[in-house]
Parts: sequence; structure tokens; C-alpha cells
Amino acid sequence: MSPLLEVSGLCTQYVSARGTRVTRAVDDVSFTLEAGRTLGIVGESGSGKTTLALTLMRLLPPAARIAGGSVRFGGEELLTKPEREMRAIRGKRLAMILQDPMASLNPLFTVGDQIAETLRAHESTPRRAAWKRAGELLAAVNIAAPLRRVGEYPHQLSGGMRQRVVGAIGISCGPQLLIADEPTTSLDVTIQAQYLKLLGDIQRERGLAMIFITHNLGIVARMCDQVAVMYAGRLVEAGPVRSIFNEPAHPYTRALIESIPKFGDATERLTAIEGQPPDPAALPPGCAFHPRCPYVIDRCRAEAPPESQLARQHHARCWVAAPATVGAARG
Amino acid sequence: MKRFIVKRLGYAILSLLLLSLTIFLFVRLTGDPAVLLVEPGASKEDLAAIHAQLGLDRPLWVQYGQFMSSLLRGDLGNSFYYRTPVLDLYLSRLPYSLLLAAAAMAFSLLVGIPTGILAAVRVNRWWDSVGKLFALLGLSLPSFWVGLVMILFFSVYLGWLPSSGSGSALHVIMPAFALGWYFAAAHMRLTRSSMLEVLGSEYVKLARLKGLPEALVIAKHAFKNALIPVLTLAGINLVIMVNVAVVVETVFAWPGVGRLLYEGISFRDFPVVQATVLIGGAMIVVVNFFVDILYAVIDPRIRYER
Amino acid sequence: MNGSRAASLTVAWRFSALRVEGFPWIPTAILGTIALVAIFANVLAPYNPEVGVLGDRFRPPAWQAGGSEAHLLGTDHVGRDVLSRLIFGARVSMVVGFTAVIVAGILGTVLGILSGYLGGWVDQVIMRVTDTWLALPALTFAIFLAAVVGPSEMNIVIILGAVYWTRYARVIRGEVLSLRERDFVRLAIVAGCSKKTIMRRHILPNVLNSAIVLGTLMLGVVIVTEAALSFLGVGVPPPKPAWGLMLADGKKGLMAGYWWLTVLPGLCIMLMVLSANLLGDWLRVKLDPQLRQL
Repeated sequence: MSPLLEVSGLCTQYVSARGTRVTRAVDDVSFTLEAGRTLGIVGESGSGKTTLALTLMRLLPPAARIAGGSVRFGGEELLTKPEREMRAIRGKRLAMILQDPMASLNPLFTVGDQIAETLRAHESTPRRAAWKRAGELLAAVNIAAPLRRVGEYPHQLSGGMRQRVVGAIGISCGPQLLIADEPTTSLDVTIQAQYLKLLGDIQRERGLAMIFITHNLGIVARMCDQVAVMYAGRLVEAGPVRSIFNEPAHPYTRALIESIPKFGDATERLTAIEGQPPDPAALPPGCAFHPRCPYVIDRCRAEAPPESQLARQHHARCWVAAPATVGAARG
Repeated sequence: MKRFIVKRLGYAILSLLLLSLTIFLFVRLTGDPAVLLVEPGASKEDLAAIHAQLGLDRPLWVQYGQFMSSLLRGDLGNSFYYRTPVLDLYLSRLPYSLLLAAAAMAFSLLVGIPTGILAAVRVNRWWDSVGKLFALLGLSLPSFWVGLVMILFFSVYLGWLPSSGSGSALHVIMPAFALGWYFAAAHMRLTRSSMLEVLGSEYVKLARLKGLPEALVIAKHAFKNALIPVLTLAGINLVIMVNVAVVVETVFAWPGVGRLLYEGISFRDFPVVQATVLIGGAMIVVVNFFVDILYAVIDPRIRYER
Repeated sequence: MNGSRAASLTVAWRFSALRVEGFPWIPTAILGTIALVAIFANVLAPYNPEVGVLGDRFRPPAWQAGGSEAHLLGTDHVGRDVLSRLIFGARVSMVVGFTAVIVAGILGTVLGILSGYLGGWVDQVIMRVTDTWLALPALTFAIFLAAVVGPSEMNIVIILGAVYWTRYARVIRGEVLSLRERDFVRLAIVAGCSKKTIMRRHILPNVLNSAIVLGTLMLGVVIVTEAALSFLGVGVPPPKPAWGLMLADGKKGLMAGYWWLTVLPGLCIMLMVLSANLLGDWLRVKLDPQLRQL
């Protein structure tokens, strides 16, 4: 069976106002995702994760343009679809939830209204039925007293509840793929675990595929089947979760994993990665990570490494970790 | 909510007090207030009489007390020229000013808001430039000059519209336009920037992510949120219009409180001038207060914040 | 770094910022021309603006029937040459406009700094007064003050300054509040500088940018208000040639179709105000992004 989502060679660029500066926010990114599985996309801020998600949804700001590549969703090419058809897909088959629930919910409308409008837009559900469905969805995301909450305004709910509402909106039309952009970052730590459990439950119940965008490797370890690591717009390593955590190949991935504090290491200092992520508009030549890489060789400074297969479904872009194979097949 | 109202009320009252104090002090402290408060051409005996009557030799705070007590009783003095209580005079002219302000406000909103929305939605394209030009002119051209040129054009050359007075609906067109252009420009600018801000917000982003049709996104999500600051401003501007319509009313001989002020300064009728400014300022403070409350009603967040 | 170096750096930076694209050449040129006209009015104006020949009243401009080359832009209701009055009117507008803006600016900046930096009851008092005066429309307030003190060129400048300082105070205070938290101010406090010194050497140079931008934005407003005051008869007193006064006089001939007495002075006002506004807008964007919400 063909994968639910196939992204190949995706390139998204931001063009400055006068057309002079071109920033490569997403550079030659490729990955696949099967139905019902979860992919974690990891990276620092500025690595292009959010731009990648917005590119998939075809909702980029006017300054950005898709410069190449292909996105096949359920067998259909999304990048060439007319806007009208894209809109039918957004929210219905392909949904996204954003990071800050207080900002994503319109303060002037009730929670129920905002859930219902998705239903009414995509499935032409009449008003009453949509309202009722909204209450059911709130119950599905474990909000207590859902029938009361349905008529409340966002500011009357707690942060965790708001994020559940956003989740409810996301699953309301039964999507095949849900993209979650840092969904727990603005939540309290105690609430985070509950929310992640909720997402996991929903996924199992509905056979939902998920893309989890995060900078938190703990979440990735817990929730995801596959991981893709992004740095400066490029996918530097990708593969099954076990592989990546046990045998990280790319120096950046290794550094990320090593920087997670472990219990029992109380005497050692926290390891941080030296240096700063590069300015996307002024990337270093060759491999973008080379200024910070402890294993750098001359070739890294000159040429950007291509994707090389390391093991089954595990590939990386690194001259040191994967020098031999060039242009290997995926999957 | 109650605490919010009480706090705002406190501010309003404080502002009113400061306003009356300012007016009072300026009159009492510059030169000889008796000269102002007496009819032009009065004799020395009249001046002395006023001195005694107003207690101009007493300490300032006593005078202020007298001033405030007569204010609160509704006694704002008598007009020298009309020989009637100023308050009555003011109230008889106020409806005309309100009418003019309402017409000008309607114009400014009907033109300003849609233009602002279009300018934001079609940002940096043709419509935006037109809007910006309209706004620039509106904010730079003095309203009374616009009025004068309109009279020249529509009354003198074309003979379509009457140049003065207040008889019919035709009479209000030119003054309303002259008065309203500046505010249309201000409203357009604010609508545009407010709309742009809202269009860039997360909830509009989510609405688009939900796959809602763009028209719905703009009409439902963006519009209501963007309008809040504009309507707030409009409410305050209505009262400001009443006050700054002085020149437009003078140009068109429109019998409102603005023209009353002009008559006051022309005839050196100081009680009229003082009262007009006082009442005008007080109206603004009061309207500010009500607009604050209204804001809290429209935007549920504000109620719970303070 | 100490305050004076900071000041000179901001001055240099201010000028370098001006060399950036988008510089509004035309508005600046117009303002410059008006300024030159104002300075050299004596040389440029063909006639005495305050004296007229009664026999020569209401002459239309030279290109219309009845006009003559002797009076290129016509004459007014007492026979004074319009062109000369416009030229000298530029002087009045410039002088009144700039002086009022400077007076309001100094007063507002000083009070804004005091209010923002010292806080406490000083801040409360100044802010309450500012809020109240801001609530009262400038025109109404100015008319009131003019009625109280009587119109004269000097009084108008003082009145306009008294009315408009509140605009500065508000904005400057806001800036000072955020400046107060900056490191170089904190360093100065720790180093033992007196409050007065800090305000003078550290705070002041850094708010000058905003003050200047505000000044250019205020120039247009002040000129329109002055014109309105003169039009109503409480501004610059006759027979001095102020553009607003010319509009008032022009009204007398309006119904008879003597258009040049109304359109021409108004055009001058419009040119000056538009140019000031465009320049102010550009300055605002270039020099202080924080002021963009003004």
C-alpha cells in the first residue's frame, strides 16, 4: 500500500521585499509517512519545521514561495492543486493544531462556535447538529461538563482545556493526518503528559497519522514511530525512533541526544551544543552544521552532503557518518 | 465588572474636576478676570461691582468653590449678547451640532471602514494606494478650507447646493463632508492597521487551517475583532466632532454650538466661550467613560481583566 | 558609555539614517522653498503686504480677464497684492509653526522625562493633567486661551505650545519608562550619578529621536490649528498677512466668485502641511519604529 504522505525534494523559500534576498527555509526535504503512524520532526527554532508544516498545508505567507518538490497526500499531488480544492482538504483530511491555544482561538466567539464552524464548512452540518457534535467532541477530548463548556469563551477555560479544544477542532472532521506544531510547549508540565496521552488515545481510536513538530526529544521518544531531524532547513537525519536514539549518526542528532540530562549523572555538567544556529539568510557553505561540528573535515566546509542510507529506513546527510553511499533510495 | 466601572468612574470624575480647575485658573490668573467677565464697554462702576459680586479679592480656593457650586447648579452665567442663560443657549444649539456630527460620522464610517478593510485585504496593491492618498489628503487639508472650496464649487459655480443655513437635507451635505473627511481618513487608517494586525493573528491562521472559505474568515473572524478599536475611536470622535466643528459651522453658518463659540469670540461674550469649552470638554470625558464600558461589553476579556 | 558620547552617536546615526532610500525629496524641497521664501520675503514680495490701494480691489489673477501683470495673483478686498501677502504669510506660518512646535516640544519633553523617570506623585500629577488636556480638543482649548489672553503673534505661539505639549509628554514618558530599565541607565545609577545628571546625559539624548519625529508630525497640525484660529479671528491679528486670515477675508468675496482669495492661501497651507506630514511619516518609519503606532 502506498504511504499516506510522500514528500520529495520539497523546497520553500522566503523572498525579501525587494526580491534581493532569498532565504531557503526548507531545502530539499523528503520523507514518507504511512497511515496511522507518527512522525516526529525535531529541530531548533529557525530550523524550518513550522515552515515545512505550513508548506504541507499550502498556507504560506505572501513572502514565501514553494520553489520545488512534490507532496503527495493520499495519492494526490498537493502542490499543484487549485486553492478551492486545497481548502476542501484543509481541516477535513489534513488538519493542523498550533502552539498557543490562547492565540489560536478567537476571543470573541464561543468555543462551541469555533468547533461547529469547521463542521458546517466541510460537512454542511446544520447548526443544531453541529453544536451537538461540538459537545460530543469536547467530551471526546476529555473536557469535563462539555455541554456547559460548549457555550463558554476561550478566556474562561484553562490553558490545558483550551489546547484540548484546539485538538477537538483538529479532529472534528475525521482527518487522515494531523499535524501538531509544538502542541505542548505552552502547557504546564503536569498537563503536558495528560495531553500527550489524549493525543495518543485519539490516534489509536481513529487510526490517525500524526506529524509531531517539537524540539523536545522526550516527547519524540514517547509518541513517535519515526523521527526526522531538521537543521537549517535541511533534513539531516531520519529514521525509526529506536534507530535514531540508539545509533544516532549525524553529529547534530548525537549532540541533541547527549544534551538530554539523565538521572544518575548528577555529577556531570550539562552538555550543550557549542555555537548558535545559523542565520537562515546567511548559511555557511557546505554542510550548514560544520561550524559547530566536533567531527568536521575539510569536505564538510566545501560541499553539502547528500542523503545517504545507513540502515533500513535510516538515512543521514553527513560526510563523516555516511560517506560512502550517494543518492540512496529511501524506505 | 463592577470594580472596573467604579475605577473608570473615578477617573472620569477626576478628569472633570481637573478640567474645571484648568478653565477656572486660566481665567482667574491671567490679567484682570473682571475685564473678561464683564460686558465690553462697561464702566468703572460695573467693574467694581463685578469684583465684589464674584469675590475676586477672596482667596482662590474660595473663588473656585463658588465657581463649582454655581456650575453644579447649572448656572453658567448669562450671555452678554443674547441676555439669556448660557446653558439654555447651548442646549438650544446642541441638536444642530449633533445632527451635523452624526451626518459627518456616518460619512466617515461608511467611507472609512470599507476602504480600510479593502486596503488591508489588498495590501500594497492599487486599492491600498488610493486609500492612502485619500487618507493623506483628509488628514492634511484643513476642514474649513475644504468647506470653502466646496462652496465655491457647488454653490457659486454649479449652484447645486445651498451655501449656508440649515433648512433642508441639502444644507447638511457639504458641512458633513468637510467635517467628516478628516475623520474618514483617521478611521480608514485605523481600520486598515487593525485589520492587518488581525489578519496576521493566530486565530485567523487557524481559521484558514480549518479550511474555511476566505470570505468567511474575513467577514466573521477578522472583521469583528478589527472593528473594536475603530468603533471605540468613532465613539470618542463623535463628541470631538461636535467640538471642532467650530470652523465648519462658521463657514456654513450652521447654527450649532460651534457657531455659538464663534459668536462668543466675535462679540467678546466671554461667558459663552467659557461655557462652551467647559461643556465640550465635559462631554468628551463622559463619552470616554461610556466608551470604555462599551468596550468591556463587546470584548469579554476586558471585563475580567481589571 | 557616557551620555555625551551616546548623544553624538545618536546624532551621527540620525544623519546616516537619512541617507537611506525612500527619502521624500519633494516634500522636503517644498518645505525648504517655503522656508527660503519666508526668509527672503522682503526681497521677493513685490508689494507691501499690509497696505492696499482701495481703487484696485478684487483684481483677479493675471491670467484671467480683468487681471493685470502688476498683480500676478490678484488683489484682495482692500486692494492688497495677494502674491506679496502669500509670501509674507509664509514667514508668519513658518515662524509661528516652528516656534510653537519647539515650545511644545521642549515643554513636553522635559515634563515627559520628569514624569517618566521620577515616577511617584510627580508622574501622577503630570499624567492626570496630560490626560485631561489631551481630552479637550486642541482647537477648542486654543480658542478659549486666545479669548482669555487676547490674540497676538506671541500669544498664539505660547497658546499653541501650551495646548500641544501634552502630545509630546505622553510619548516621551512612555519611552523614558522603557529606557529606565536599560543597562546603561542602571550602570549610571550604580555609579552614583545624580538623578538630574542621568536625565540630562543619558535619557535626554535617547528620547531626542522621538521628539524630533513628533515635531515634524506636529508641525502640520500646528499650522492647521493656527490657520483655523486666524480664520476665526483669534489668531494672528490683522493686518499681518497670515494664510488663515487671508481665508477669512477671502470668504467675503466667495459668493461673488473671487476664487483666488480662497483657493490660493489654502493651497499654500495644504502644500506646507502635506509636506510636513510626508516628511514626518518618513522620519517616523526610519528613525523610530516604535512610534509607528502613532
